[in-house]
Amino acid sequence: MTDLILRFLLGGVIVSAFSVIAEVLRPKRFAGLFGAAPSVALATLPMTIHSNGAAYAAIEARSMIAGAIAFLIYAWCVSRILIRGKHTTLLTTTALLPLWIAAAAGLYWIFLRGLA
Amino acid sequence: MSISVRFQSLRDNTIGEYATRFVFGGAMCVIAGLTATHYGPVIAGLLMAFPAIFPASATLLADHEKRKMKKIGRDGNLRGRAAAAIDAEGTTLGCIGLAAFAIIVCKMLPHHSATLTLLFATAAWLIVSTAGWFLRRRL
Repeated sequence: MTDLILRFLLGGVIVSAFSVIAEVLRPKRFAGLFGAAPSVALATLPMTIHSNGAAYAAIEARSMIAGAIAFLIYAWCVSRILIRGKHTTLLTTTALLPLWIAAAAGLYWIFLRGLA
Repeated sequence: MSISVRFQSLRDNTIGEYATRFVFGGAMCVIAGLTATHYGPVIAGLLMAFPAIFPASATLLADHEKRKMKKIGRDGNLRGRAAAAIDAEGTTLGCIGLAAFAIIVCKMLPHHSATLTLLFATAAWLIVSTAGWFLRRRL
């Protein structure tokens, strides 16, 4: 339980810190880089290394490559649809989340399935 | 347009908006931890690049733009969506940096100290993302 509370607090602080940096930076396209900051990884990896070792954390990082490619596909589609579509930002960004899941699942199926 | 810092932007946010990001970020880390326990590191690693706070951040950004336009008596829906779209375009470039971060952690971590690896990987994320942004600006 202590581990989960620590994860929550550390994650909240690091994600908020990157959000604040993104908030103050201009131009907006540059600030957008921080939308894909490795905040969750920086919050979770030290705890994973501490509890499960470096080899285990390296396996997580290998999967993270696939997650980042899925994020790229998702963010690109969000950007295109927001410019051309008429739906709200909240609807567009949340309705497209299954696209990340589908892309990540596809990459997992092709490259990561069966790997330790 | 060169890169600049505007601290006044922080005044536009409410405590609730900061709290939303904190809770989403914290929750995502807990979910990643629980996933690793139940499904192993391969699935948990995918979640480390899940766009957990992206919908909240993009929506807040669009709302800020809408409010600004409303103050001068204009409909800010289009402006809000455009701002979020530009932000998402930047995020696309950031994802290339995120992949670089993951590759470096994956390759370096088994042979070097965790602190050195994470510092090097974070620097790589920033350098690759920023290089992508400069390249995109020139095209």
